[in-house]
Amino acid sequence: MSTRLATGGRLIDRSARRRFTFDGRAHEGYAGDTLASALLAGGHTLLGRSFKYHRPRGLVASGAEEPNALVGLGAGARFEPNQRATTTELFDGLQAVSQNAWPSLDWDVGVVNNAFARFLPAGFYYKMFMHPRPLWKHLFEPFIRRSAGLGRAPSERDADRYEHFYAFCDVLVVGGGIAGLQAALAAGRAGARVILLEQTAHWGGRSPVDGVRIDGGPAEAWINAAVQELDGMENVTLRPRTMGAGVYDHGYVLGYERVGDHDPAAEVPRHRLWRIRAARLITATGALERPLSFAGNDVPGVMLASAVRDYVVNWAVSPGDRTVVVTNNDDAYRTALALKSAGLEVPAILDARPRAEGELPEMARAHGIRVETGKGVAKVRGGRHVTAVGVCAQAGEGAVLEEIACDAVAMSGGWSPVVHLWSHCGGKLEWDAAQALFRPDPDRAPTGHDGHPFVATAGAASGALQADRAMADADENMKNVLQGIGRKSPSRKPPKVESAEEAPLAPVWQMPQGAGPALRAKMWLDYQNDVKVSDVRLAAQEGYESVEHTKRYTTLGMATDQGKLSNINGLATLSQALHEEIPQVGTTTFRPPYTPISMAAIAGEARGPVFQPLRRTPMHEWHEANGADWEPVGQWRRPYCYRRAGESRRDAVHREVRNTRNALGLLDASTLGKIMVSGPDAERFIDMLYTGKMSTLKPGKCRYGLMCDENGFLMDDGVCARLDERSFLCHTTSGGAERIHGWMEDWLQCEWWDWQVHVVNLTEQFAQVAVVGPNARNLLERLGGIDVSKETLPFMAWTEGTLGGFRARVFRISFSGELSFEIAVPASEGRAFWERLVEAGEGFGAMPYGTEALHVMRAEKGFIMIGDETDGTIIPQDLGLDWAISKKKEDFLGKRGMERVNMTSPDRWKLVGLETLDGSVLPDGAHAPAEGLNANGQRNTQGRVTSTYYSPTLGRGIAMALVHRGPERMGETIAFNVPGRTPVKAKIVEPVFYDPKGERQNV
Amino acid sequence: MLLLTCPNCGVTAEESEFHQGGEAHLRRAGPGSPDDAFEGYLFTRRNPHGVHFERWRHVFGCGKWFHAARCTATLEVFGTYPAQTTEPPADIVAAIRAKRPDWEGFR
Ligand SMILES: [Zn+2]
Repeated sequence: MSTRLATGGRLIDRSARRRFTFDGRAHEGYAGDTLASALLAGGHTLLGRSFKYHRPRGLVASGAEEPNALVGLGAGARFEPNQRATTTELFDGLQAVSQNAWPSLDWDVGVVNNAFARFLPAGFYYKMFMHPRPLWKHLFEPFIRRSAGLGRAPSERDADRYEHFYAFCDVLVVGGGIAGLQAALAAGRAGARVILLEQTAHWGGRSPVDGVRIDGGPAEAWINAAVQELDGMENVTLRPRTMGAGVYDHGYVLGYERVGDHDPAAEVPRHRLWRIRAARLITATGALERPLSFAGNDVPGVMLASAVRDYVVNWAVSPGDRTVVVTNNDDAYRTALALKSAGLEVPAILDARPRAEGELPEMARAHGIRVETGKGVAKVRGGRHVTAVGVCAQAGEGAVLEEIACDAVAMSGGWSPVVHLWSHCGGKLEWDAAQALFRPDPDRAPTGHDGHPFVATAGAASGALQADRAMADADENMKNVLQGIGRKSPSRKPPKVESAEEAPLAPVWQMPQGAGPALRAKMWLDYQNDVKVSDVRLAAQEGYESVEHTKRYTTLGMATDQGKLSNINGLATLSQALHEEIPQVGTTTFRPPYTPISMAAIAGEARGPVFQPLRRTPMHEWHEANGADWEPVGQWRRPYCYRRAGESRRDAVHREVRNTRNALGLLDASTLGKIMVSGPDAERFIDMLYTGKMSTLKPGKCRYGLMCDENGFLMDDGVCARLDERSFLCHTTSGGAERIHGWMEDWLQCEWWDWQVHVVNLTEQFAQVAVVGPNARNLLERLGGIDVSKETLPFMAWTEGTLGGFRARVFRISFSGELSFEIAVPASEGRAFWERLVEAGEGFGAMPYGTEALHVMRAEKGFIMIGDETDGTIIPQDLGLDWAISKKKEDFLGKRGMERVNMTSPDRWKLVGLETLDGSVLPDGAHAPAEGLNANGQRNTQGRVTSTYYSPTLGRGIAMALVHRGPERMGETIAFNVPGRTPVKAKIVEPVFYDPKGERQNV
Repeated sequence: MLLLTCPNCGVTAEESEFHQGGEAHLRRAGPGSPDDAFEGYLFTRRNPHGVHFERWRHVFGCGKWFHAARCTATLEVFGTYPAQTTEPPADIVAAIRAKRPDWEGFR
């Protein structure tokens, strides 16, 4: 039984009680506890269920590597699943719930999977995909969906605040153990800008727990002095509770700070994402202990030896009264000694090595602990908790020589340096056979923009596991780093570190050595995803020789702990099964983040209204106050329609169309792109941009033009007005202004850099209003100041002057087929001008209209819309726009592309109009099937709908479509597929449905 | 995320301040060009594992296009230079040669 010890606990404050609940039941702990230590102190050893077999799961570790103790934290808008109990600092009022168990943690129905474990081997899900489809859909998928997934997604919007910080430094040190502190001290003393990150709330790492002595005193004293010195340096930033999450190109590093997790009442952001640019990164990330693979190593009560030591020393929690230590190295003896000095029983240390005569084993013997060498664990007894271990010879096949009653097992299979950050950006590893670990190869470090290595390691992360070597390694590597960035390191000796000399470990990848299939099927590698030694061996047997394939086949290391404990054991198992050396098998790829970070931290402040900038026209507020139903157009918001009381959107659109056709409509066209092209070579340039011959345009005139890319594909259209001899004003689509401006700059800067042309994006400098309908001229005449008569200002002309007191350019152009003027005024006067039009237009029946009425009216006239009739594969000829392409010009952008055989083929789909026989409205994107099948066995098609509306003017559905050889098939009827209905028949007609002669706009 | 220096305004900034524009020093094949030349201009890219010349625009800065000589394998940037040139300038070529003696050269 686990419990709180009467004394000790270097991190807890017994005077400060903290109340919390687990699965609704009240518990108590102390300030300084983690949720894990507090639960363990309360006798809770069953904390979760595994993913696949729903086996009981208890704590294995004490930090970020913990695979089992995942809980749901908080409630309502602050609920978050999959939170690690070992990295959750306890606070008053904490609410935690267990996961992956139903109806309860103690009695879980999913455990039936366990009974069927032999039917759910490696590759189970993979093999299921091969089954007949009906079986999959109706039997396997519903079952897997119900049993899959850890935790539950929160259902409410996140109530907390998150933010990003940007930081720059010469040296970023990740890890606040003694190696990291020493590295930061050296860099700080040399005057470099330093940032030091530590993922926990405490400095010093493992040294205080391991009884290391520095400069003749306990490690803690040196650590406190080091932190104090760093704190006093202006060039050093210290950040506890901040994990180095990921390392990216050219020294870009993400830090993840848990600012408010431990104190939700504080008025601070919950998480903060640090976006750091570091000239040099030092990873002082320590090492993680590896489990041993023996049968029953997943039974609650079996823990890492270092974790047992942490719980005893840091939080005064005993994981059990009688703990058997099983190891292949000297370090685990520290756990036995820590237990012993806390007054707890250690019935035996089982050491797989034939001999153990180092400093630590001798100390254990001196403390009267029984040490059995050449021995291991054959199996663990107990279901929900350890009750005994069966002892066997490591060299044998698992015959039980003796049973030792115990309620905890501390295991150690050696240590692996945390190489994640080193590896994220391409740092390579080398296999250290003596220590049986992968460590960073300093000759193959990640390199930065200048080609120099920008990552170095310090301490255990380098593979220097013993504290004295870790300190020496940190000191030496830091000196090299400082030299590399031109800083003189102070000539100071590193602190003197005393730590017991450890004998080499013996690699043990399976316990005992000769274990058969029955035992191997109970040896867990990945606790969270239930991957066992037998699964990896099966994968090897079935031909999965690459470690990356085996990972995906077995799901080894694919759980939320990303295989921190299981990776090395898994690939060692694979290499044994393949009879290959470990370095030949290699590791899987280490990918950021080091441990999962919250989605909200990645989003930072960029959510809700500040997710992206909102562009508003000068009349935006007027629209808002007058019933605008908004539609996003790029970053703009445009009124889709203006709804009146009791009106549906559809009703509003129809009213706006009818009113514009019969009386007077006002459209805010300010979002239209307006790009001025001027200079001595403007004519030459403009003729390259447009497919037509725009240079012949006279000042005062306008012309519709098309712009294509070099493929010949249509990318934008609009009216170009000639302002004077050397300048043009190019109107673009609302979404296209920035793109087209960039396109122009590209050609001018990179291809025709000797041409004297200047382009300016004036889009936001002008407000623009379309005054449309039979009463349009009457309204402008009422305003007065500019002669807008048919004679003075004919169709496709423009003029400028003062209109109703406003400085204005008036373009006589039409996108609706009606008599129409587009009037540009300075943006600052846009709102006043708009209101003047509304007021003066009252007597003429003026009403504002939105983008949908605009779309309906342009479709009634057969005008194309970029993005509807075009999709990046359409040439102007497909749309019957041959008239807008110059045959005389030698060159323009897209001309060569249009000459390709498949562009000139008569078999292209071309624009037509469609009239449904029943008058209904076709769905957007509907396809017309044709005879036969294509090469993929799919039905051939002969056309698709590109624009489709109900025309209130004509009282029926109209559509535009691209149809195979469409213009040759006028009058033909073809059928379009409509989901859930019989195919709808439509007649191919000319795409101009209304006023084909253009009489209405020419008045 | 890369660090690049704009040769026009001299600013060294993060990749997100720039816009990538694909391979540099392409020769435009206009009307009248044979099919293979046009295909090469439009579609065929070198895509080298090593020294590469590419177009960037300082889109959230001075707005100018420039070229970068960069190693696609290590992401090392040998240098950046203005876009108004049909081939990499001598100092850039020398910088690449110093770092990559085996480089086969431009074109
Ligand atoms: Zn610049």
